[in-house]
Amino acid sequence: MGARELIQSFSLGELRQGLAVTLRYMFAPKITIQYPEEKTPASPRFRGLHALRRYPNGEERCIACKLCEAVCPAMAITIESAEREDANGNTSRRTTRYDIDLTKCIFCGFCEEACPVDAIVETHIFEYHGETRGDLYYTKQMLLANGDRYEAEIAKAREQDAKFR
Amino acid sequence: MEALVLQLFQSFWNIFGLWDVLWGVIQPVWPLIWVVIKIVVLLIPLMLGVAYLTFWERKIIGWMQVRIGPNRVGPWGLLQPIADGMKLFFKEIVIPTKADGALFLLAPVLAIAPALAAWSVVPFFEGGALANLDAGVLYLLAITSVGVYGIIIAGWASNSKYPFLGAMRSAAQMVSYEVSMGMALIVVLMVSHSLNLSDIVRAQGHGRFAEMGLGVLSWNWIPLFPMFLVYLISGVAETNRAPFDVVEGESEIVAGHMVEYSGMAFAMFFLAEYANMILVSAMVAIFFLGGWLSPVGFLPDGIWWLLGKAALMLFLFLWLRATFPRYRYDQIMRLGWKVFVPLCLVWIPFIGVWMMSPFNIWK
Amino acid sequence: MEFTTFVFYMFAALAVFAAVRVVTASNPVHAVLFLVLAFFNVAGLWLLLQAEFLAIALIMVYVGAVMVLFLFVVMMLDINVERVRKGFFGNLWLGGPIALAMVGEMAVMLGGKYFGAEAMPGLATAPDYSNTKELGRLLFTDYAYPFELASVILLVGIVAAVMLTLRHRKDVKHLDTARQLAVKAKDRLRIVKMATEKDLPAGEGE
Repeated sequence: MGARELIQSFSLGELRQGLAVTLRYMFAPKITIQYPEEKTPASPRFRGLHALRRYPNGEERCIACKLCEAVCPAMAITIESAEREDANGNTSRRTTRYDIDLTKCIFCGFCEEACPVDAIVETHIFEYHGETRGDLYYTKQMLLANGDRYEAEIAKAREQDAKFR
Repeated sequence: MEALVLQLFQSFWNIFGLWDVLWGVIQPVWPLIWVVIKIVVLLIPLMLGVAYLTFWERKIIGWMQVRIGPNRVGPWGLLQPIADGMKLFFKEIVIPTKADGALFLLAPVLAIAPALAAWSVVPFFEGGALANLDAGVLYLLAITSVGVYGIIIAGWASNSKYPFLGAMRSAAQMVSYEVSMGMALIVVLMVSHSLNLSDIVRAQGHGRFAEMGLGVLSWNWIPLFPMFLVYLISGVAETNRAPFDVVEGESEIVAGHMVEYSGMAFAMFFLAEYANMILVSAMVAIFFLGGWLSPVGFLPDGIWWLLGKAALMLFLFLWLRATFPRYRYDQIMRLGWKVFVPLCLVWIPFIGVWMMSPFNIWK
Repeated sequence: MEFTTFVFYMFAALAVFAAVRVVTASNPVHAVLFLVLAFFNVAGLWLLLQAEFLAIALIMVYVGAVMVLFLFVVMMLDINVERVRKGFFGNLWLGGPIALAMVGEMAVMLGGKYFGAEAMPGLATAPDYSNTKELGRLLFTDYAYPFELASVILLVGIVAAVMLTLRHRKDVKHLDTARQLAVKAKDRLRIVKMATEKDLPAGEGE
């Protein structure tokens, strides 16, 4: 070790360099997002709470093909189906049960990828909670209600993303 | 001071006409009550200081990491330590089945008691020490060396692996750094000719620069600069603070001796650690930075200088924690034994020769 | 009763209790901790005798350092408590008489006419008399030679202890911290400046 290194070492040279860095950053502008008041922009592809959509005439889009149930890696989706009259007066196959267990769901988005009629979608909603496990078991009615409530946002997000699909 | 407080009490109780009755009862034990009053007056600001040091630490480290830090509870987050305290206070103290119950509960008490007891000899201003001991420095060294028992007993009584490893580490580390800490203090004692903390501060008020009105240049930190660094760094190691926090080392042994503790028992360790930090900062201020003395001649001396210097040292503690990664354990031991102890052993004769030479500046 | 008398009996009783528990405690860690308690109380007694330096040195050296290392070792031992308990009364025939002999000696020391409180009055000391200073003066003037001798013996002890326990094992990899710290980035890392590579003209690359 040369004299220069010795002086550097005993005068704590490298420590002083490190301290200077932290001191400089102490006065740097802070980049924290103050969450409930401020939010980071979300992509239209954001995968949040699920929703079941309807056509403009009020008929459910879902045709009970069960592709989403099949593709779901967490096996969070349960579907049962039956025949019934649709809005046009024809006999068609529709779901009688469409449940998603959100405690199982991993929000991978495969269900909406698999859906041939854009019925099951994941919305940009992520601020929801349940106080028991049961609260996070979403039934068909709840998913349809989500779809009705956020249809405008969902349609907009689809439109923004359409040219990339 | 004492008479003033008595008068205040007298005038208060005279409103109800009860003073004579009351005085008859408490007169024999008044000296005891007076001591208790002094202790309370010392401890309440200390505890508040500890609480807000935790808050200040989170803020400073936040800023250094380009974050904001806690700002939700109360204005600017100022009530955060109160909220933390309430949470810890109401949590259950879980005692592990296989733990040694009595020692498990004794450990946090042993950790915090020395941290508080050491404050009794700290002189805050001219004549402002709870006990003006002639062997103040020795008392301080003795009391702080007892603090390690809290950690060791906690580690053993938990009957669990990580706490035990933490206890082993702390036993070795604290005993080693006490050596260099004590040796650094020997140099201070040599130049101030006294073991009394107030005398050590007063001794720093003399000198060529002090007479020129530049007291800051007469303090011990310039002629004893290497010892100043040794004491400061040993102080950081002695309080188990980053970068010497291998005792807790959350990435290696989770939280060391505190793994099995919860609620108030955990909070006691926390309080002890921060009270020790404040103590070491105050000690650095007293031994090397002139205690309550003003740095320049035209400003009056007073307790605010001691508090300011201690606050500066505390900032340094937090700054170090925000900057440096944890030391490897063998490097900690190497630094203590192979760097600091030889450095002290060189510096003690050096100062001795200096004091015997015609260039002695400590007459 | 005077306050100091009360304090004396408190310290004395606690010291005796702790000392008895050192011997009778089944768990060695408890025994060590009781020994610490005994040290504290003895330090308190010495403070009453105005030997504040000795009292503080006792706490600093024995409680602060020696007993920590003791505890360090005892904590590591995996002692079968049951087996330790068994020999307790078997050794009483030896321990009992020794204890009695020591009590007898103490009685002679404290009660006799040559060493009693009357025979050896305490020093009359000035108010600014400093125990520590006096002790230091004596150690480094009148008793400088024995003091140095004692320190050399201690040094030999330290060196001997290090030599006895130091063994260079060949089969473990050893880190030399000083050499690690002396390494500079430029010893290990070479930064090379080189021109950006140009795309080959079409057809040559294949």
